[in-house]
Amino acid sequence: MMKMKYLAVGIGGIIGSLLRFLISSIHIGLPNHFLPFDTLIVNLVGSYFLGLLTGFYSRFPKLPSYLHLSIGTGLIGSFTTFSTFSTDIVQLVIEHHYVQLFIYFVSSFIGGLALALVGIVNGSGKTWKKVSKT
Amino acid sequence: MMFLYVAIGGFFGAIARYGVSQLIKQNTSNFPFATFFVNTVGSFLLGIIIGSVFPSSMRLFFGVGFLGSFTTYSTLIVENVKLILEGKYKIMFLYSFLSYIIGFALAFLGLIIGISLEK
Repeated sequence: MMKMKYLAVGIGGIIGSLLRFLISSIHIGLPNHFLPFDTLIVNLVGSYFLGLLTGFYSRFPKLPSYLHLSIGTGLIGSFTTFSTFSTDIVQLVIEHHYVQLFIYFVSSFIGGLALALVGIVNGSGKTWKKVSKT
Repeated sequence: MMFLYVAIGGFFGAIARYGVSQLIKQNTSNFPFATFFVNTVGSFLLGIIIGSVFPSSMRLFFGVGFLGSFTTYSTLIVENVKLILEGKYKIMFLYSFLSYIIGFALAFLGLIIGISLEK
């Protein structure tokens, strides 16, 4: 049973990392010479969907745990990435692109928090007030 | 072939991240140590890879696949939102501050080590 959990996470990880790689190779974002848009997009989209999944689990507590393991921990966890975000930030510092650095950091952090919160609200089916009270 | 390197790396990266979360079980402090650990260590290792000249197959497997999956941004963000909703603002502030500052510092250190390894 233990091995099945790791397998569920691993398969989710394959799909998540391939989707991330696909987005970075076809450049669905805006030009990357201004901002690392590919990483920004995957991190923001992933934050929303992990919030949505978290909200679903509060609405339907009986959902099986392997769903969260494969989709949440595996797929979305692997789709989004922190290591590329960190090295992007360091490269922006080295190149003295402080305006881009500021925009990239704030949109990743504040934007991520806001989108995850919207996801939780959408997924839980509750109103804003009720979510903030739980 | 590129996709295969990323997929295999992603498979093991996600499993390793889950393994760390099982080893570092949530303790009483509410500080998400497991995510903090994978993100800071992963940033350090990706810094080394980017700084040094690895063959592209290794970059895809270890950098994009393994470390991309091993570290996670969505979990960091959702954990922060949960801490806010629970009113644990101090832990939330400490968690995000330390994740970003130590993550960036270790990525920079890794980059320097990676560059010096090539010399």
